[in-house]
Amino acid sequence: MKADNRTSESDIRPLKLGGNAERAPRPLIFLGLLWLSLLVAFSVLVTLLVTILVEGLPVLSSDLVTEYPSSRPEEAGARPAILGSVWVIITTAVLTLPLGIAAAVHLEEFADKHNWLNRLIELNVQNLAAVPSIIYGLLALGFLAMLQVDNKNIVIGGALALSLLILPVVIMATREGLRAVPREIRDASLALGATPWQTVWRQVLPASVPSIATGSILALSRALGEAAPLLVLGALVYITFDPNGLLSGYTTLPIQIFNWTGRPQEGFHQLAAATSVLLLIVLLLMNALAIYIRNAYQKRW
Amino acid sequence: MKKNFAQLSSACFIGAAALALAACGGQNAGSSDGGSGLSGEVTTDGSSTVAPLTEAAADMYREVEPGVNVSVSTSGTGGGFKSFCAGETDISNASRPISKEEIADCESNGVEYTEIVAANDGLSVIVNPENDWATNLTVEQLQKIWAPESEGKITNWNQVDPSFPDEELTLFGAGTDSGTFDYFTEAINGEEGAIRTDYSPSEDDNITIQGVSGAKGAVGFLGLSYVEENEGAIKATSVDDVTPSTETVQDGSYTPLGRELFIYVNNSSYSEDEAAKSFVDFYVENSTDVADRALFVPLTEDQVTTARDELASLG
Repeated sequence: MKADNRTSESDIRPLKLGGNAERAPRPLIFLGLLWLSLLVAFSVLVTLLVTILVEGLPVLSSDLVTEYPSSRPEEAGARPAILGSVWVIITTAVLTLPLGIAAAVHLEEFADKHNWLNRLIELNVQNLAAVPSIIYGLLALGFLAMLQVDNKNIVIGGALALSLLILPVVIMATREGLRAVPREIRDASLALGATPWQTVWRQVLPASVPSIATGSILALSRALGEAAPLLVLGALVYITFDPNGLLSGYTTLPIQIFNWTGRPQEGFHQLAAATSVLLLIVLLLMNALAIYIRNAYQKRW
Repeated sequence: MKKNFAQLSSACFIGAAALALAACGGQNAGSSDGGSGLSGEVTTDGSSTVAPLTEAAADMYREVEPGVNVSVSTSGTGGGFKSFCAGETDISNASRPISKEEIADCESNGVEYTEIVAANDGLSVIVNPENDWATNLTVEQLQKIWAPESEGKITNWNQVDPSFPDEELTLFGAGTDSGTFDYFTEAINGEEGAIRTDYSPSEDDNITIQGVSGAKGAVGFLGLSYVEENEGAIKATSVDDVTPSTETVQDGSYTPLGRELFIYVNNSSYSEDEAAKSFVDFYVENSTDVADRALFVPLTEDQVTTARDELASLG
């Protein structure tokens, strides 16, 4: 097993461009360009981080988490937005994960891949992943209007829009995970007399849980950072209460940031920066969790 | 047996999901304490100018009745009336009176409402204290100074009026994010957002004050309450011979830069929903504190009495 690991790691050693072997000008210019691209991407990130940290850190305190918004910046906090984000993301997860995983299992394990209908569905799922997020907001808005819902700024409405947004991502991530399970595992299971359903449920799905979890967490962290679809649904709202149910009004962190950035007073801009720091921390934690799950549980066949 | 395992697993998944939601519900359970135990939802939407006022009212109200959830959306006055007349909101915040089309819309949906003046709003035009010629500016002169067409052309006071001295004109004012900007551009240039772009915009009114106090030929505009706080550093000009002050704004003589701000209350919300009634009553009774907090000009005694009478007739 150990020897196995060593060979697989040596396989992915970097190319060592610009090493001793290459002194010719062309590779060096190419190397320079690569470094430049990296620098541009990196400096944008650093500028962003430094800006919000410098502006936000002085007001980043426990008040930001525990206080309600206020018309006075020095008293304001983002508590309803934090709870709103929690509500919306959990509801989104509950709506999306069973549906997305089930759809992926069907497409990967049961559907006939040569059937034109299935291929069309597959193509559509890939296309949907590229649709601008605001479109999903409009779709959810139309759906709520059809149901004659008066107040569209409700947790379930926002969760619906975000579910539609990340469903294709979850489906694709799950399919990747299922595909990584070797054919032999299925064959062995079937040869021992298991039904296709037992094979999927007891062998294939458990084996692909790490990649499904990773993909799902990344998709949910994308949903957490979204503002556009929720803006269409009227989540840009000043709320001084905790959301307390699926039909409760809410606002989320990105929208609270948007709201505060648009205000004239400097104090609100600082709050927006501090809330951005908070959102970044949550997103980094989620991504770290995804990476941890991937590394800790991934199976090498 | 085999089937059972699958069923058990899916039941577990659904159960876990339900638990997650229930757990979240639990942490909010203790939030409705204090006050007279009133609870409910009050939804408001409308003008972004009036929103800070209603937000201030909601802030203060929460300390009295923490069980009532007041939400303030900002879809603009028109957008606010749209949902108000569809019966979706309890209160509509408006920076102008309801229009004919909107009245018809409300009527066709059977929504009856009451108009309440919630505060007065005043803007003032400010100049440098050393400026001894522009003590009074007419609306035409202000238009000449601020119109989009004047961009790059009107750069000297003697172009505004031949009797003014040869002094360079430097301009300061609110940036696009503020209600002050929307209101000033609409009142002076006739269209919201229409303004020359070669002026120094700032969302921070103190910067406008610094700018105007630093240049002899400077002119700027900001909310009336800031002028009173900074007397000496800058001075306000009268507009069409009316001096801006709390009194002239309140009595309606300071036009077009003084106006009333409204809230429209859905009658059936007021008479049937205790939370809505209690919030609106609180809003009117504390209108002076609310206006102070949101930096608007408070209501006069008469305006408060009118508002009270209007509400009393609803029962």
